[in-house]
Amino acid sequence: MKGSNQEDTHRTVERVARESYGRLVAYLSSHTRDVASAEDALSNALVAALTTWPRDGVPKNPEAWLLTTARHSLIDVVRHQQVASASEPTLLLLREEPKEASLSAEFPDERLKLLFVCAHPAIDPAMHTPLMLQTVLGLDAVRIAHTFLVSPTTMGQRLVRAKTKIRDGGIQFEVPQERELPQRLDAVLEAIYAAFGIGWDEMAGVDQRGQDLAEEAIWLGRVLLQLLPREAEVRGLVALMLHCEARRRARRAPDGRYIPLSEQDSRQWSLPFIEEAERHLAEAASRGRAGRFQLEAAIQSVHAERARNGRTEWAAITMFYEQLLRISPTLGTRTGYAAAAGEANGPEAGLAVLDGINPDDVSNYQPYWAVRAHLLQRLGKASEAADAFDRAIGLAEDPAVRQFLLQRRG
Amino acid sequence: MSNRPPPIRHTFRRTKALKIVPKGEKVMQFALLIYHSPEEFAVRKNDYNDPHLGAWRGYYKALVEAGVYVGANALEVPETGTTVRLREGKRSVQDGPFAETKEQLAGFIILELPSVDAALEWAARCPGASIGAVEVRPLAPEAMRRGFTG
Repeated sequence: MKGSNQEDTHRTVERVARESYGRLVAYLSSHTRDVASAEDALSNALVAALTTWPRDGVPKNPEAWLLTTARHSLIDVVRHQQVASASEPTLLLLREEPKEASLSAEFPDERLKLLFVCAHPAIDPAMHTPLMLQTVLGLDAVRIAHTFLVSPTTMGQRLVRAKTKIRDGGIQFEVPQERELPQRLDAVLEAIYAAFGIGWDEMAGVDQRGQDLAEEAIWLGRVLLQLLPREAEVRGLVALMLHCEARRRARRAPDGRYIPLSEQDSRQWSLPFIEEAERHLAEAASRGRAGRFQLEAAIQSVHAERARNGRTEWAAITMFYEQLLRISPTLGTRTGYAAAAGEANGPEAGLAVLDGINPDDVSNYQPYWAVRAHLLQRLGKASEAADAFDRAIGLAEDPAVRQFLLQRRG
Repeated sequence: MSNRPPPIRHTFRRTKALKIVPKGEKVMQFALLIYHSPEEFAVRKNDYNDPHLGAWRGYYKALVEAGVYVGANALEVPETGTTVRLREGKRSVQDGPFAETKEQLAGFIILELPSVDAALEWAARCPGASIGAVEVRPLAPEAMRRGFTG
């Protein structure tokens, strides 16, 4: 009896932590800019919840309870530090507390500021996503390290360094001015999409991690959308992620074999996700300001139409890629464009696009070689194709993709 | 490849893994130590038709073309090893490998790269990572190695 009660409480703590973590960290650190101390204080509060809630019952407003407990813990820490200069901002916060006590149910949602802080130009771009995953979602450094292919010690150190920079580097917790907003927002969107991209690649494998990460990224996207409902690019990003997510089940055969998009059974795609993506995309388009994520989502939207009419309009995809190239001529866009041009206008057209890319840029870039191999094979250039297949095989990380390419290579 | 979302991930990773090392920039050498399970070794012992041959060939090509390859070799199965120790003037010779662990060293690759991040990225692509495990270890500083070789 007691055991199950304890389990229930555990679950409640977990749920509250899951739902409120980012809000609490954002609020606790928005004045002090001290994210690390806010996280420590919150984890102390969560530990306290695990011991007191089973005994005294779950409080009526668990979030407010955690906030109050975390604040007390934060104040204790400052008192112990006895470093006048460092504790000043927190003492300010302390002074604010009486006001806080009265506002039990509601406290301002500062997550948007926290997201902008995580993707601040003064922070190493490679740390934007790890910071978001930790401070907004509460993922631990070990888990983030696995995802980013870095040793856990190194990831821990990099996170600490980034947070020190936030605290000491004069990075303000604020939503950027109108003038700066598009560029700053772009960094936030990129960071969320990077999490999704990694999750997407990992998801393929047997383990649950990638799926979780893709879901977390979509969750972050939805949070951002809720905070900035009028930004078309935020909708574009959410639409893009949902379109990709809709195909999750179709990407692997029951035996784990990799299935390329063109061979996926579109009946396995998730219609609710596709429909939701389409709604966001339409809403974004009505704002009349196209952007990179809306264009990428539009490309996926054309693919999704195959579920309805059984065809893929490659000409439309090529056109969207041409627009995308104008605003975002990345290696990924150029390679995607080559693949689309190859389908729409024949393999020579695709190869011509690939030949325009500097070879030094692709020695490490797997999709280029996979597309190249495919186009050369269609042209009947067997030995050149085999060579490109080898490069694609050698750069692949996913064993299922490797196996697929090995079979295609023959 | 159109199955993937337009791969921003690679933009992200590029910031970590430099492909071309500008002149004068420091590069480090890393050993990728490849460990196999007994089952994997058994496959090699029974016939040398390595089922992963195609994957290894592609990996080797990718390393060479990326300009990071220094050297590599595969080892015979662990049972063919003999371990020698000299203690207080006494020789001790033992059949088999040094360490009695389940997974044993099967081969190594030496790469020249700008960072451990780049080395981990190549380790993840190594066919040995999905077969067994790959340990990434920096080579000792060059000054120390020069001390050995004169």
